[in-house]
Amino acid sequence: MSRKYKQFFGFMALRLAGLIVLFVLFYIIYDIVSKGLSSINWEFISQPPRRGMTEGGIYPAIVGTFYVTVITALVSVPLGMFGAIYLNEYAKKGRLSRLIRMAIRNLAGVPSIVFGLFGVALFVQWFNFGPSLISAGFTLGLMTLPVTITASEEALKTVPDAYRKGSLALGATRWETIKTNVLPLAIPGMMTGSILGLARAAGETAPILFTGAAFFLPHLPDSPFSQFMALPYHLYILATQHHNISVVRPIAYATALVLIVLVLLINLTAIILRIKYRKKFENK
Amino acid sequence: MNNKTKVKVENLNCFYDDFQALKDINMEIKSKEITALIGPSGCGKSTFLRCLNRMNDLIEGARIEGIVCIDDYDIYQNGTDVVSLRKKVGMVFQQPNPFPKSIYDNIAYGPRIHGIKDRSRLNEIVEKSLKNSALWEEVKDRLDTSALDLSGGQQQRLCIARALAVEPDILLMDEPASALDPVATSRIEDLMKDLAENYTIVIVTHNMQQAARISDRTGFFLMGELIEFDRTETIFEKPAQQKTEDYITGRFG
Amino acid sequence: MRKNFNEELKKLKNEMLKMSSIVEESIYDSVEALKNQDLNLAEKVREKDDRIDEFEKKLEEKCIQLIALQQPVARDLRTIIVISKVVTDLERIGDHASNIALMVENIGQKKLIKPLIDVPRMTEIVNRRLRDSLKAFVEVDVDLAQKIALEDDEVDKLDEQILRELLTFMMEDPSTIGQAMYLIFISRFLERIGDHTTNICERIIYMDTGQRDEY
Repeated sequence: MSRKYKQFFGFMALRLAGLIVLFVLFYIIYDIVSKGLSSINWEFISQPPRRGMTEGGIYPAIVGTFYVTVITALVSVPLGMFGAIYLNEYAKKGRLSRLIRMAIRNLAGVPSIVFGLFGVALFVQWFNFGPSLISAGFTLGLMTLPVTITASEEALKTVPDAYRKGSLALGATRWETIKTNVLPLAIPGMMTGSILGLARAAGETAPILFTGAAFFLPHLPDSPFSQFMALPYHLYILATQHHNISVVRPIAYATALVLIVLVLLINLTAIILRIKYRKKFENK
Repeated sequence: MNNKTKVKVENLNCFYDDFQALKDINMEIKSKEITALIGPSGCGKSTFLRCLNRMNDLIEGARIEGIVCIDDYDIYQNGTDVVSLRKKVGMVFQQPNPFPKSIYDNIAYGPRIHGIKDRSRLNEIVEKSLKNSALWEEVKDRLDTSALDLSGGQQQRLCIARALAVEPDILLMDEPASALDPVATSRIEDLMKDLAENYTIVIVTHNMQQAARISDRTGFFLMGELIEFDRTETIFEKPAQQKTEDYITGRFG
Repeated sequence: MRKNFNEELKKLKNEMLKMSSIVEESIYDSVEALKNQDLNLAEKVREKDDRIDEFEKKLEEKCIQLIALQQPVARDLRTIIVISKVVTDLERIGDHASNIALMVENIGQKKLIKPLIDVPRMTEIVNRRLRDSLKAFVEVDVDLAQKIALEDDEVDKLDEQILRELLTFMMEDPSTIGQAMYLIFISRFLERIGDHTTNICERIIYMDTGQRDEY
């Protein structure tokens, strides 16, 4: 009898935990949507802010977040892919590869503000890029690197070894094998994994704090070396540093909503890609 | 069937880190014959096979000592082009491993890698290879469909065709029929007999009856040593070594 | 290992030995029938031949079955092949014994033209060789088999001797031709039995060494 009860209570507890998670998620969404939706209109999305952020829109911030995410992708995805290819396909299982993997794991645990400070020291000051899209993008890129490397490695691992052996036995070189037989199969997985990492990066505030984000700029960034406005930073300022917090609160909520929708869209892209490629393989 | 030696192995020793997988192997494989390697699991026969096309190089910790001469050239000497070695010495694996591409692209993979781009030449090669592996009639109308849709036996014949497409001299086959049903196995065996007219074939098998059925010469491996190597008739009618006799009569532990 | 096969093989060998002892009996009895001109015994020998033929069929069938089902190789294979051939030799020996008995019946109750000396001597050698060859089989004794094979000359010589002696008889007294012919046949049958025994020994040597030698 007691075993049945134990199982019952166990399942109940698990169900409860799941419900709590769902509850929290929905509450957050509800909170943001209910308080922010009213401020969302076309003007909000397409216009720059006016009158000290109390009026107008957040268009530049959207553009800025977009640009910096692109740069992050350009840095993190290729490096992640090739790093993963090196680790999985070439590296001997010796001390060096173990060291690299340990470094990646630790990198993943570094707090984002530390990344921000590192970015300032390296890109803003030492390379002299100054606060800019490049500095911020590179910083975010490094921060996302553990995710892209790991995702890419996982994708490579799912390619059966038999394909590699078969190709090598025909006289292909390692690189030819990777290029024609392994990568085509791994790229979808690499992409979806990396995109999820990018979605996180798009919403980060600390790394872009000192490396390039600005609260107000008169015009859109016209070169990679210019500063930019960004949604997370904008939200941060609106919510905590603004001189007239209560007035801009609805705008802050609206910004949060836009940010969440953006992240959701990026994740959705990853999911759709994954489904599309899964179908492709299932048909084969 | 001439009696020219195609592969000469002298004092071959193979180590995986500290473990010695092959001990002092000496063997001469004759041209255009089928040589079968038999022995219990873990005796080194697959390791030996991989030494012939240097696929052992890909295994962590693998170390080779000794000489493996193919057409009087030691393939382990410095400066050997492993890529062209593997073109000359093809390999078919135990589990059929067609690439997730079309049948055509599977066969054309090897030639393309080695520089053949001309479409009509590739068509020729694909057709010839599939005919030589007795698969052409079954797939000639669906060369663009995925190779993964074929049955097990067909997939294995595809892998054989794929290996033939790069025009090797020697075909190494690691238990090529062990994953197949008896009918498919029988077809592969017939195919091997046909192929032996033009290729030197070395096959690892743990199915002794198969070795007896198709091979010209048989080598018996036990715990890394080559116990006996002789014409197949002799091995199966009157083997010289008691250990060989014990193994092939099934009285082995 | 291969318990089932080992047992089957053992059974096969035992059956062959049973067959050989019946054959030995027949040879002995057929010549006893000659010595005593015992026509009943001669008839019994002829009837026994059916049993011998049955044995041959049964054992041959068993050999084929073992080959098909057990895929024997090397020594196992040689042993089974040898058994199937020895069984054929034994059957032929049985036929010859039966033929001797037939000759005995043909001679009937007529008085023997000469006392039997060489034929019994020949029979003794022939029987001993057959018995010993089966012993060599059981013990896989190649030396013994070789020794027996080489004794075939003795048997051949005796046959020649009998022929010459009886020829003289026939030339001196044509009325003895009838019986003399039968006696010559009997001698020849015994000589043939000797040849078959030599075959058996050759096969035993092949079974053990894989070498095919002629003796």
